[in-house]
Amino acid sequence: MSDNQKKTKQVLTGLAIPLIAIAFGFLAGAVIMLLSGNNPITGYTALIQGVIGDRYYFGETLQRMTPLIFSGLAVAFAFRTGLLNIGVEGQLIVGWLAAVYVGVAMDAPMIVHLPLAILAGAIAGGLWGFVPGILKARFQVHEVIVTIMMNYVALHVSNSIIRTYLLASGQRTDFINSSASLESDFLSSLTDFSRLHWGFFIAIAAAIFMWFYLWKTSKGFELRAVGYNKHASSYAGMNVNTNIVLSMVISGAFAGIGGAMVGLGTYQYANILPSFTNLGFDGIAVALLGASTSIGIILSAFLFGGLKEGASNMQAAAGVAPELVEIIIALIIFFVASSYLIRWIMTRLQNNKEGK
Amino acid sequence: MEYVIEMNNIRKEFPGIVANDNITLQVKQGEIHALLGENGAGKSTLMNVLFGLYQPEKGEIKVKGEKVEITDPNVANDLGIGMVHQHFMLIEKFTVTENIILGSEPLKGTSIDIRKAEKEVQEISDRYGLRVDPKAKIEDISVGMQQRVEILKTLYRGAEILIFDEPTAALTPQEIKELINIMKSLIKEGKSIILITHKLKEIMAVCDRCTVIRRGKGIGTVNVADTNESKLAAMMVGREVSFEVEKTEADPGEIVLSIKDLEVQDTRGVKALNKLNLDVKAGEVVGVAGVEGNGQTELIEAITGLRDSSGGTITLSGTDITKFKPRKVTESGIGHIPQDRHKHGLVLDFTIGENILLQTYYQDPYSRSGVLNYQKMYDKARQLIEEYDVRTPNERTPARALSGGNQQKAIIAREVDRSPDFLVAAQPTRGLDVGAIEFIHRKLIEERDKGRGVLLVSLELDEVLNVSDRIAVIYEGEIVAIVNAKETNEQELGLLMAGGTREAGEKHE
Ligand SMILES: Nc1ncnc2c1ncn2[C@@H]1O[C@H](COP(=O)(O)OP(=O)(O)OP(=O)(O)O)[C@@H](O)[C@H]1O
Ligand SMILES: [Mg+2]
Repeated sequence: MSDNQKKTKQVLTGLAIPLIAIAFGFLAGAVIMLLSGNNPITGYTALIQGVIGDRYYFGETLQRMTPLIFSGLAVAFAFRTGLLNIGVEGQLIVGWLAAVYVGVAMDAPMIVHLPLAILAGAIAGGLWGFVPGILKARFQVHEVIVTIMMNYVALHVSNSIIRTYLLASGQRTDFINSSASLESDFLSSLTDFSRLHWGFFIAIAAAIFMWFYLWKTSKGFELRAVGYNKHASSYAGMNVNTNIVLSMVISGAFAGIGGAMVGLGTYQYANILPSFTNLGFDGIAVALLGASTSIGIILSAFLFGGLKEGASNMQAAAGVAPELVEIIIALIIFFVASSYLIRWIMTRLQNNKEGK
Repeated sequence: MEYVIEMNNIRKEFPGIVANDNITLQVKQGEIHALLGENGAGKSTLMNVLFGLYQPEKGEIKVKGEKVEITDPNVANDLGIGMVHQHFMLIEKFTVTENIILGSEPLKGTSIDIRKAEKEVQEISDRYGLRVDPKAKIEDISVGMQQRVEILKTLYRGAEILIFDEPTAALTPQEIKELINIMKSLIKEGKSIILITHKLKEIMAVCDRCTVIRRGKGIGTVNVADTNESKLAAMMVGREVSFEVEKTEADPGEIVLSIKDLEVQDTRGVKALNKLNLDVKAGEVVGVAGVEGNGQTELIEAITGLRDSSGGTITLSGTDITKFKPRKVTESGIGHIPQDRHKHGLVLDFTIGENILLQTYYQDPYSRSGVLNYQKMYDKARQLIEEYDVRTPNERTPARALSGGNQQKAIIAREVDRSPDFLVAAQPTRGLDVGAIEFIHRKLIEERDKGRGVLLVSLELDEVLNVSDRIAVIYEGEIVAIVNAKETNEQELGLLMAGGTREAGEKHE
């Protein structure tokens, strides 16, 4: 009985930290609005309206969530194996380009073409993850440094490939053939002609896949063991280096598919990027707030996607600068990162209560 | 004011378990007070309560007669209580001094005055004979020295009452002697000490009084002068414990493991094994005795596939396993109880059940086509937990939450149960209580009697003498002598281990 109670209490404590962080983030956002002469209630009402107040907004929110889920999964997957993949941004960019390339250059029935295009994204992202993985396994080069550098390589290499070989009009490639498109008239009409596409469901499936792979398969068991304790894993006969490489490849593939979703779903093309998309970097925040769990990642992708989507309505309806949203997101991450502090305060409060 | 520390009627619960149930501990000024109890009895928990890491549900703590609330370790520090933990808490990349001043750095303006700190550390070190180099990096110094750094850390913070949680478990016999001298000099300087140890000999040698706890309950406090080892053991386990290992004459069969001219280099590339030869037969226990650092670690790692050899062969029941990777070695039938259970034996963040399946998770029936069957895994884990008397609320408890001894039992359950042809046991009873040691020794003998070969590597001469049938003495990477366990004694082994020859060359060329 009390055993069960304690269990529930533990789960609640686990949930409490992200929730408190979110509350603090919004509270701070309110204070900023007050200081800059806006009414926070009007502001937040407009924000919420901008997410769920209209079918179009909601569809766009789900569309925005899609790559965020993938980049969150990519960060979380590597993290579970004890690796910090800061290169999701680059893996996503190359995945985007590779998928679009297959989408443009090939002609095939959809049943072949679309999976192939997505696969191309996965392979490109996986390859981008493989490099830091192998460097870490072979030469103990820290993956953070390599993945950061690989981001720049990805950005400039894909820009240059587009510029040299694929430029169609202005700054972008041709549109992909419809047999490789994730566009859905059905979803679009359901949401008042938003850009919502099938990729959203692929993202949910990917989240379920990650959960299953890490917690229900023997390979996932191994990856997590290596993440927690390399030494004990190699004593138990697991090949630590292979697992490091594998983890980075899968992580990169998640990111690459995320890029494919953007290319095949949202935009239908790839373009010369003036700077990073930030979709990959946001994955770090998504994974952090989601505590590297599948369900947590979906929820926090919804939060971040929603905030970004709602920002425009907040400006239109309440006159609040959309940058406020970025501040709120940054603060939420700050508070999650200082969860240690929150946990400490909570145990303090508890002890005081129990002490009396 | 008779007692420096009084812990009265302390109660501390964890999910599913009462770790301390109404325990009372009173420590006199200037004494060494032993805290004795089985693995998982609640000793570390009680000390963590005193050190402010845990808050008790009930009970009061008095320091020098005054009632106090120790809400966190800083409060404990301020009250003059210092703790040397069972598992060290040092930062490997930092120097000794940096580790010691961490959290209470002396400032010069706004920057840390490292010079001054180093000088102070040196002074304290000299005063108590700790012989610590303040500028050395933690990763470069021995375990014994790391422990003295932990002691220094508490002294630097002005501790008057020192808690030692199993300080001798990880030390070599020589280091233990030094530690005992250090404790004596601390007492001379007016400090009081609470000592947790499973080694009854140590209690008899240095302690004044001893408080015994069993399964979370206080059993009583005795004057060490009025008791003896077997009385203490009986008090703590609740039954008579035999220190002698009961075993029949070994009946060795074929050779299971054969090592020929094995050459291995250590991590720095220095030759650690020098054409080592050793045979172990089925149905016998071969003990490896030696001073630490004479190649034992490299020998174990070479056999289990964790370290490449640069020459020679290892054969297991006729198969050459020299080049096998760890997984292949395990599958060929070698079990391995590693020396360092936290680093090598367990994934502390996994459940104890997952740890029990750490080598077999991928095999049928625990995994089919790559998908795990947790039901089957936990069924198996539960069975082993019962069979090996691992004390844990259940199989889904994180390994981290188990007491040191119970973690070790879980590892042994895992390794022995795979029923390997050959078992390497490295320090299998380090940190275990006498009851558990008896149990594990019996298991090793049982394995022997089932016709398996056992290689026991231990720094504990008692253990080697008691359990082994034959003893191989390792010195500078070579087996310099093989003696019959019955026909030798500590003195002779000690001599051989130091590189001496056997009984004045009696049976030598
Ligand atoms: N943080 C924790 N969470 C849950 N249970 C715990 C925790 N710490 C200890 N326990 C449980 O409390 C009991 C007492 O553990 P403790 O570590 O105090 O034992 P001990 O006497 O120090 O044993 P050992 O000699 O093996 O170190 C054990 O059953 C252990 O599993
Ligand atoms: Mg303990």
